[in-house]
Amino acid sequence: MARAVTPRRKAINTIIAWLVGLLIFFPILWIVVLSLKTEGDAIKTPLEVLTSVWTLESYAVVQDRSDYFKHFSNSVIIALGSTLLGIVVAVPAAWSMAFVPSRRTRGILMWMLSTKMLPAVGVLYPIYLLFIELGILDSRIGLVVVLMLINLPIIVWMLYTYFKEIPGEILEAARMDGANLKAELIYVLTPMAIPGIASTILLNVILAWNEAFWTLNLTAAKAAPLTAFIASYSSPEGLFYAKLSAASVMAITPILIMGWFSQKQLVRGLTFGAVK
Amino acid sequence: MATQHSRSIARMMLAPATTLLLAWMLIPLIMTLYFSFKKYLPLRGGDLGWVGFDNYVRFISSSAFWPAVATTLIIVGGVLLITILLGILLALLLDQPIWGQGVVRILVIAPFFVMPTVSGLVWKNMFMDPVNGFFAHIWRVFGAEPIQWLSHASMPSLVMIISWQWLPFATLILLTAIQSLDSEQIEAAEMDGAKPLSRFFFIILPHLARAITVVVLIQTIFLLSIFAEIFVTTAGAFGTKTLTYLIFQRVLESQNVGLGSAGGVYAIILANIVAIFLMRIVGKNLDR
Repeated sequence: MARAVTPRRKAINTIIAWLVGLLIFFPILWIVVLSLKTEGDAIKTPLEVLTSVWTLESYAVVQDRSDYFKHFSNSVIIALGSTLLGIVVAVPAAWSMAFVPSRRTRGILMWMLSTKMLPAVGVLYPIYLLFIELGILDSRIGLVVVLMLINLPIIVWMLYTYFKEIPGEILEAARMDGANLKAELIYVLTPMAIPGIASTILLNVILAWNEAFWTLNLTAAKAAPLTAFIASYSSPEGLFYAKLSAASVMAITPILIMGWFSQKQLVRGLTFGAVK
Repeated sequence: MATQHSRSIARMMLAPATTLLLAWMLIPLIMTLYFSFKKYLPLRGGDLGWVGFDNYVRFISSSAFWPAVATTLIIVGGVLLITILLGILLALLLDQPIWGQGVVRILVIAPFFVMPTVSGLVWKNMFMDPVNGFFAHIWRVFGAEPIQWLSHASMPSLVMIISWQWLPFATLILLTAIQSLDSEQIEAAEMDGAKPLSRFFFIILPHLARAITVVVLIQTIFLLSIFAEIFVTTAGAFGTKTLTYLIFQRVLESQNVGLGSAGGVYAIILANIVAIFLMRIVGKNLDR
């Protein structure tokens, strides 16, 4: 909808937009600043904070004292593991619904979506109990499975909308030329589907990384990812602003970077294709 | 056209996903229903037998229930109102030609990618702490007494924190919708002498109606189950106990599984009412 405007209008709009943008971004900016201060300086007034010495001390402390990397690697394993497992299960399902639709396809898609709307707290105890029975409470494999299941509807839906955009004629042409199902999958569909699969992976890694209901309730010391590790700062002792800031900055940076790449997919993925 | 053979293969390919989701939905759901009709206290005697609808009645008639419903509604309603109003303004602003548009967009959507525990704790400590927080310092500069945000103004504080997280989502979706608007339509209205305000109310807003509905429904579903933000800030104190948090406390903190499960069933029913409307919109889109 962009239209031409006068340079003066554009300048005014630019100033307003930048001010608003910086205001919204400010909390993140501020923890970056605090993470580069000593604990003693981090609780001072904003002016004193800005004029005090800069140091990387807190980053070193967080890594030394709190097994930061254990939690970081738990996050990586859980986010990547659940997403990749979800892709393995969802690709065949989305493929079959997109290219061999039947009367029930629509119903199945809607039903999958409906499972996503089941409030987690409604099934908290059964899952908790099953985890104890199966001996996977506070284990990474348990969280991989749960996060895979809660994101599976989104993965199937995203892949489905991407696959739908691949023209069916191409597959038919391949079939006419004698390609069997395997050849069709490997040489025709896969290359065309890779961008869609990549965006789906990106968005779901973000969602799994930030998931904070199951990760808080189903982990303790061993399998806790960063969401739960950060939550341990909710009842801290002594001065902790700089440490909490450093831990937070390290926890959100990878996802911020991935998120900026996935802006477009975000809309499609989270609205199930209702807004494009 | 698909052959019989490819149809049966297609069904097989669909099977793992549907089986897993069916199990994921049914097993816990049946267990929750089962527990909800029992007096079940894992730490104090375990399974104490069937009690009929006792848990359902007790959950609703407990003194914590209606305040929790009110808290839930205030959070959902407050956050929706703020994110949609500000989201429309922001989307209109970001749609204008400006210098550095890409960077501003990045700044605006960033909060959405911050994990809930981080944003909860950062707001609680670095901004809302009455002694060392950013706001307290600012208040003191003006000679004012710092506000005890999370204890004396707990609900506005929580609504603010959660709105900060969800504003990017609303903005991004509304911006996508605005950008899909035909610019010729706006230009035609402009030439016919329509003022900016009437252009907004008669062309842009109707065009956004659908996107706004989608934002409302999706955010409602997520906001109904807000958890981590409350867990790390007030832990349900100072009148911030939502329905989700109340159930969590019943089930895991006081280990009254029967009562908590009955609450869970209420939460499922509530979410389903919202879900039906969302599904209708998504379903309509599927036909096009």
